[in-house]
Amino acid sequence: MLEIRNLHARVDERAVLKGIDLTIARGEIHAVMGPNGSGKSTLAYVLAGREGYEVTEGTVHYQGTDLLDLSVEERAREGIFLAFQYPVEIPGVAGTTFLRTAVNALRKHRGEKELDAMQFVKFVREKQAELNISDDMLRRPVNVGFSGGEKKRNEILQMALLEPKFAMLDETDSGLDIDALKTVADGINALRDPARSMLVITHYQRLLDYIVPDRVHVLAHGRIVKSGGKELALELEKEGYGALAGAEAA
Amino acid sequence: MSAVNDTTDAVEALNETGYKYGFVTDIEADTAPKGLNEDIVRFISAKKGEPEWLLEWRLKAYRLWERQQDEEPGWAKVSYPPIDYQDAYYYSAPKSVDRPKSLDEVDPELLATYEKLGIPLHEQEMLAGVAVDAVFDSVSVATTFKEELEKAGVLFCSISEAVEKYPELVRRYLGSVVPYSDNFYATLNSAVFTDGSFVYVPEGVRCPMELSTYFRINAANTGQFERTLIIADAGSYVSYLEGCTAPMRDEHQLHAAVVELVALDDAEIKYSTVQNWYPGDEEGRGGIYNFVTKRGACRGIRSKISWTQVETGSAITWKYPSCILQGDHSVGEFYSIAITNNRQQADTGTKMLHVGRNTRSTIISKGISAGRAQSTYRGLVRMQGKAGNARNFTQCDSLLIGDRCGAHTVPYIEVKNRSAKVEHEATTSKISDDQMMYCRQRGMSAEEAVALIVNGFCKEVLQELPMEFAVEAQKLVGLSLEGSVG
Repeated sequence: MLEIRNLHARVDERAVLKGIDLTIARGEIHAVMGPNGSGKSTLAYVLAGREGYEVTEGTVHYQGTDLLDLSVEERAREGIFLAFQYPVEIPGVAGTTFLRTAVNALRKHRGEKELDAMQFVKFVREKQAELNISDDMLRRPVNVGFSGGEKKRNEILQMALLEPKFAMLDETDSGLDIDALKTVADGINALRDPARSMLVITHYQRLLDYIVPDRVHVLAHGRIVKSGGKELALELEKEGYGALAGAEAA
Repeated sequence: MSAVNDTTDAVEALNETGYKYGFVTDIEADTAPKGLNEDIVRFISAKKGEPEWLLEWRLKAYRLWERQQDEEPGWAKVSYPPIDYQDAYYYSAPKSVDRPKSLDEVDPELLATYEKLGIPLHEQEMLAGVAVDAVFDSVSVATTFKEELEKAGVLFCSISEAVEKYPELVRRYLGSVVPYSDNFYATLNSAVFTDGSFVYVPEGVRCPMELSTYFRINAANTGQFERTLIIADAGSYVSYLEGCTAPMRDEHQLHAAVVELVALDDAEIKYSTVQNWYPGDEEGRGGIYNFVTKRGACRGIRSKISWTQVETGSAITWKYPSCILQGDHSVGEFYSIAITNNRQQADTGTKMLHVGRNTRSTIISKGISAGRAQSTYRGLVRMQGKAGNARNFTQCDSLLIGDRCGAHTVPYIEVKNRSAKVEHEATTSKISDDQMMYCRQRGMSAEEAVALIVNGFCKEVLQELPMEFAVEAQKLVGLSLEGSVG
């Protein structure tokens, strides 16, 4: 599904990723953990194609094609999804309008008929209930005045509607209380699918109690310093990143 | 009432002035010669078979304009080379010879825009100025509507027709809100206006439909000096839609229209405009100069006038739809979206003149600049001495796309009554990279993303538009900004 080879990237002239190798097979869930500034979010942005994140070396193959050749929206249309750590506010744009525009952009790309407002309401209703998202929340402008939990649930709703093949969840657990965390995790688990791969970025092991990964990677100073099974997360929780990051530096 | 006096004076003055200058122009001709002088004014009036009082009014305007020729307003934040008023035609018959014979002859770029807006074919022909004999659907629609309006007693016709059929009404109200001496362009318009619309809604009548472009089709070719007069008698209501979301083919560079609205006791007028004239090319070549005077008088108690405008076209827009709130408890509203891209310049806003007690006004202005465009909000709120408890709320928001454009806000506030209250809020923002990334990550193209974000920014104004306009206007917002990002 996704093959990252020796990926180097810089942001504002500063090298952040310094040789990432990572292979994610279809249907697998990988977790990336690591301290602040280790390059976790940068990895997600580089894979999503954000402008200003410059790849200086290495390759990324996605479903056999060169991912780095595609623009942000082309990647999205090919099934790459990023649940943002800080979902941005879009004043005046109702949630439904935003979602419908996004869903229709993808449908158009697939050569399917675009949904009108009525059809869209039906389409969204089912998923909405699963994530405990009220009609009112969808009427409000995107993310404006949303609580942390609402923002994250809204991200997962988008993921449910856009049905990506490869989803990245960037610190989706940050700023959530335990109940909200559970709702969001349930939403993500409901989207587990043999045809869908995920990359879960998190600081804490807590989220991985709910979303059990196939593989865990530790990122430090722009490199993967350790990989393992789900038990690696527990180990980290006990010992912290210090030892690993230090070991890498030495 | 000054207009009545003006017109009476005009009639009296008639015998003295007579036809001193005589006609040098053959009135059988379809086009008056180039340039502007009294003969041209007489020619236009004669062509339209106007009564003497109107000719005199035009001539007064012309003579004033001639005296102040060097006083073209220079205070707006717009720049353009001097206009040679003698190098233009002021009257040409509707059937111009160089009209395209079919859509095949029309600029494909224009057609592509129509396509994107979903404009039906026969309307495309009309807008593009194709010389078709009759636009069948539209004509029949217009006829049905006309019958219904007649039943309700609403008078709706071209201003030329109104001069002929309802001279008393025209004489009483024409120039009563925007006197011929009002400003340079209004004076010019008063001298040479060729046509426009006239609406009279009788007492207590709620106009049964939006008066829209559909039936202005016949009057579509009103030329560059349009004159509109709308009167809502006591307790009546009318919603008038001006313009069209599709760009108009137009060979005139200067447009100087005048619109006058009069609302009597408890009457309400809602006036919506979508202006999408040719803005010129990316380098600012060509494009329409739109120098318009629009004003409404809330004469009666509890009367209300509401202006909603979406300005996306023209190279230069100079326009301040205003309300004179004379009647106690009267209400004025101004909702505006002004989008400028490439080299466009817009200096637009409103004037709210609070004369009566307990008068209220609301101003919501959304300016969007992209490319190298300059957009200015200029607005006056004046609370006069007797405007006890008058209220105004103003909100001016500017959105910048890119870093070569400009947005300016110039509010003028004059308060002469202690109990009056004026609020002014202003913001300037940019479309952030985060917003663009968010939308594009969800599969939208950069252009779709900008259209979505800008529509959100304009929402408070868009929702004031009548339904049939709102959907097209939303599309238009996106279209106007094509090519403004990445």
